[in-house]
Amino acid sequence: MTAPVSLVGTVGIGRRIRDAAFRGLLYAAVGVALGTLLVLLVDTVNQGRPKIGMDLYRNFPSARPARAGIQSAIYGSLWVVGLTAVMSLPLGVGTAVYLEEYARRDRWYTRLIELNIQNLAAVPSIVYGILGLAFIARGPLGWGPTIRTASLTLTLVVLPTVIISSREALRAVPPSLRQGAVALGATTWQTVWRQVLPGAAPGISTGSILAVSRALGESAPLLLLGGLAFISFNPPAGPAALESPYTVLPIQVFQYATDARQEFHVIAAATIVVLLAMLLLLNGAAIAIRNRYQRKW
Amino acid sequence: MRYTKHGRSRALPAMAVSLLLVTAACGSDDEASGTAAAPTGESAALTSLEGAIRMDGSSTVAPVMKVAAEDFQSATGNGVTVTVGVSGTGGGFEKFCRGETDISNASRPIKGGTPDKPGEKEACAANGIEYAELQVANDALSVIVNPENTWARCLTMGHLEKMWRPDAPVGNWKDVDPAFPDKPVKRFGAGTDSGTFDYFTEAVNGKGGVVTKDYNPSEDDNVTITGVAGDEGAIGFLGLSYALENKSKVTAVQIDGGNGCVTPNAETVQSGAYAPLGRPLFVYVSTKAAARPEVKAFVEYYFDNVDAITKEALFVALTAEQKQKALDAAEAAGI
Repeated sequence: MTAPVSLVGTVGIGRRIRDAAFRGLLYAAVGVALGTLLVLLVDTVNQGRPKIGMDLYRNFPSARPARAGIQSAIYGSLWVVGLTAVMSLPLGVGTAVYLEEYARRDRWYTRLIELNIQNLAAVPSIVYGILGLAFIARGPLGWGPTIRTASLTLTLVVLPTVIISSREALRAVPPSLRQGAVALGATTWQTVWRQVLPGAAPGISTGSILAVSRALGESAPLLLLGGLAFISFNPPAGPAALESPYTVLPIQVFQYATDARQEFHVIAAATIVVLLAMLLLLNGAAIAIRNRYQRKW
Repeated sequence: MRYTKHGRSRALPAMAVSLLLVTAACGSDDEASGTAAAPTGESAALTSLEGAIRMDGSSTVAPVMKVAAEDFQSATGNGVTVTVGVSGTGGGFEKFCRGETDISNASRPIKGGTPDKPGEKEACAANGIEYAELQVANDALSVIVNPENTWARCLTMGHLEKMWRPDAPVGNWKDVDPAFPDKPVKRFGAGTDSGTFDYFTEAVNGKGGVVTKDYNPSEDDNVTITGVAGDEGAIGFLGLSYALENKSKVTAVQIDGGNGCVTPNAETVQSGAYAPLGRPLFVYVSTKAAARPEVKAFVEYYFDNVDAITKEALFVALTAEQKQKALDAAEAAGI
């Protein structure tokens, strides 16, 4: 009986070939993704190099390429994103705590809320922009094209992400911890505040930072909300900034990149590098926090 | 007990750090661009001004107003901040007539509607917005072709109409004019939201907004330039300043509007010889807003420095008569 041996042999060769082919395909996929990214990065850095420096920060957007910079866009971004974080984190974490720790999962309204949050996370941000234009910039609130309008709209954009990532983090805290606390006579509030939240904090922080960095790169809704403007002044320091017009880095990139003059394209590239650096900083912080504080249960 | 201590001491700082990261850096200062010097004599009065001016509208007018805004802002020692939005002429009027902006930039006059379809004038009237129309610069549309296009050096309006009319536009250069070679026509141009589009279609096809569907529209003039630069048989239209900025990539053709071939440049636009593709650019100033000293000062500042500003922004300056007409209109509106 030699047949089984030969059969195994043929199948084996076919498998090995398929295995190698599939492996090659996967490497190719990774290579295409990383290669494209690398080419884009190198090209952008090269193009922007002449303008990367303190002058980019010192100068304001200008109609004259020689003294055009991005200071007002940097401050605009910091204000908008900072306020977005301040509004979205308590709301998002609060919602997550309610859904994970308090809500009764068998109730129809709980399921409705959960379904809606999942759906909202997938809604394109421009739709939030239209919502913001109708109800925040105009309509009931009528805040106009101001920083608070932008922040509140971006809060709506990132809120589902914050909620979902916070829920994941809360779910990763083992139930035994909650049971232990309750067994020792703690109320739900005490259990959540003293046991569950501290345990989930690294996960919540990581998810929140990633959500906030999305807000930093977001431009579509802000195009509708007055971000697309020539602004060569910073928001005032203090609460007055809330009602100030603004521009942000991604939109500044758009403005410089669409200008007919080549000199502005260099500034656009340099601005992209600044934006990337800020995003990397945020994402790096997220990774650092995760590595530093992550716990194995 | 162990968990409590552990959790508090290590995890809460982590949360605090994450919050700090995004909020701590939000300090700001009032400093703004300390650039161009104020004009003589007025500097003292200008530096005492405070406030904010909001402008929006045409992306064609924006470059002029950006220069004006930047210089005026520094002339007031940054006491007055000027915002220049670029929503397009129509988008600008929409905001202007809602009372959201003080000044609206426009590359065409404000439109009136019909009783069943109200236009921009009616929208302004409904909200009690009164305004003065002031010409701030001259602009010209230019028709551009590929540098390798050796045949189309001068096109008549008839040629353009043949290529751009809505019904059965000519698809080959040899059908545009028997003297032209056998090459397909590829069309590029400003997108339908731009004043440039409205103006070109009105000048060429007699009715604004009416044009062949067989062309590549883009709000980004660079796309038009790249498209025309990449195809020998391409033709496109955009603002003159963009065409002159990109002389190395595209050729701006002469236009025969009935009185012989005219080269598009500052002189021919100002003199009106480059008709019908030369056009005036406007700002609409709300008279209510102009009651505010900073808005009034901005308008005055603009016309005091109009030559320098238009030159810096690569537009065609106003002639003496045009400037006087604008000043009279401002005066009449009490600005």
